[in-house]
Amino acid sequence: MRADRGLFLHLGVLAALLALHVLAPPYHHTNLARIMVLAVYAMGYNIAFGYTGLLSLGHALFFAAGLYAAGLLVYHAGAGAPVAMIAGVLAGGAVAVAVGLLALRTAGVAFMIVTLMFAQAGYLTILYFGAWTRGDEGIVIPRAARMLGGLDLSDDNTRYLVALGLFALALLGNLALVRSPFGRVMVAMRENEERSRMLGYNPFTVKLGALAISGLYAGLSGAAYGLMFGYVGASLASVQYSILPLLYVLLGGAGTVLGPLLGALVMFYLIDYASSLTDAHQFVTGAALVALVLFAPRGILGTLRARGLRWLP
Amino acid sequence: MAAVSLLEARGLTRHFGGLKAVDRVDFDLAEGEIHALIGPNGAGKTTFVSLLSGRVPVQSGSIRLKGRDITRMPAHARVRAGIAYTFQITQVYGALSVFDNVALAVQSRGAADLAADTMAALARVGLEARADQVAGTLSYGHQRLLEVAMGLALRPTLLILDEPTQGLALAEIAAFKDIVRAVVPGATVLLIEHNMDVVMDLAERITVLNFGTVLASGTPAEIRANRAVQTAYLGG
Ligand SMILES: Nc1ncnc2c1ncn2[C@@H]1O[C@H](COP(=O)(O)OP(=O)(O)OP(=O)(O)O)[C@@H](O)[C@H]1O
Ligand SMILES: [Mg+2]
Repeated sequence: MRADRGLFLHLGVLAALLALHVLAPPYHHTNLARIMVLAVYAMGYNIAFGYTGLLSLGHALFFAAGLYAAGLLVYHAGAGAPVAMIAGVLAGGAVAVAVGLLALRTAGVAFMIVTLMFAQAGYLTILYFGAWTRGDEGIVIPRAARMLGGLDLSDDNTRYLVALGLFALALLGNLALVRSPFGRVMVAMRENEERSRMLGYNPFTVKLGALAISGLYAGLSGAAYGLMFGYVGASLASVQYSILPLLYVLLGGAGTVLGPLLGALVMFYLIDYASSLTDAHQFVTGAALVALVLFAPRGILGTLRARGLRWLP
Repeated sequence: MAAVSLLEARGLTRHFGGLKAVDRVDFDLAEGEIHALIGPNGAGKTTFVSLLSGRVPVQSGSIRLKGRDITRMPAHARVRAGIAYTFQITQVYGALSVFDNVALAVQSRGAADLAADTMAALARVGLEARADQVAGTLSYGHQRLLEVAMGLALRPTLLILDEPTQGLALAEIAAFKDIVRAVVPGATVLLIEHNMDVVMDLAERITVLNFGTVLASGTPAEIRANRAVQTAYLGG
């Protein structure tokens, strides 16, 4: 049997991230922890958009569902971090299903608009219940509440390793998903919905399933983000946070398992570098994106896959 | 005939605006037969089988499959109930491998051994050596065969083939006839076909559609002898 190149590549990436735990200077160390958590979010986005073809503009709602479920439970109910984490994951999935039940009656541009509207409604809801959420100002989660079992999530080293653990779980789960029969059906739905229907697949339930998984990922990322970085604020539920994973995925390669991580990594450092050069860093990132869409519309890994690395999952 | 009825359509109707694409059609399929549906371009053949497969909603009339009313059943559920449709305009997944195309059909019916069943379905149309190829890079004839393999892989009780030999070379048509003959009597075949040699060779019964209505129905010999059919279709 041929060696499983795809699996080795993904394990290799995880090993490299573990090595960076020791090797990376403190500044990059913190950045990488944040990138890994956001990459989980982008992976979830990729499951819906890259694999199933659902172009959502409302994923910030699922991210925020995880963020606030975890944050509010910890802050107001004194829940422990493990409970908050699980609640965050489930909240992301549940909100995605609820939105999907309505939004998936539409497709294409209408789907984009409906998901955008839902996320906007969610954002306004967070502001409306300012007594609980403290709106834009947000909640700072005290250090004492950020303990996952015996692990102190406010400690840099612990945070990196926990981020890596969650990322590894999400990455290998993603790999298993896209190689599973359901993963094949997701892609089939993206490629040709009518054909898939005539093979016996109900487009609505397949898309709802994919969106639910996507929501679980977003919820996990949101909850982890709040607990690890100690901040839960409405800006993290804004439309910007719906666009962010889309950009990561487009940059890294839609429909590739490692694309979201690569996209998050490159984008993060691109913005970082641009802001050190000029105040107009948004212009630089905007220009980079236009160049990307023009010259490599499949993203980095998508282009590599088209140029001969067909085995790339 | 003593044959067991597989499917019966009564008063089946579908209009597009003022155009009567299918108009009050009564139609019966016997279990295990190869039944050809012929008629001039625009006669309503594709629309008619789309009503049977659920791709196009029925306006009025009813469809029964083995006695069960399926008139309002959604298309994907009809596939699971045993009705497979292969598209007139080939619709394979061009970006996926040949294997994945057929595997999607195999796993849809919940096969125990996905890989083995997929390769078996590919072998039936002679594409097993191309399992790893990207479907979009197959020749046109091979894409048609892949489309048929996807239909076969569903193990349907009724296989609807919409002009499967269109654009095939002579040798490919000969191979295709053998494939269809091997499907019956385990399953029933409803074949839309313009190539009269193929129709006369394969079909046990023929239904002729014209302007959305049934012009004639019978054995190949009866259809050949039918005056109305000759005028409308066979060109005298
Ligand atoms: N979705 C639609 N909307 C409007 N008119 C349609 C639609 N589908 C089919 N028609 C019309 O209905 C008539 C029957 O079309 P249909 O495709 O069923 O014919 P056909 O017998 O399959 O023809 P062919 O041999 O060319 O495939 C044609 O006049 C066609 O233009
Ligand atoms: Mg037709």
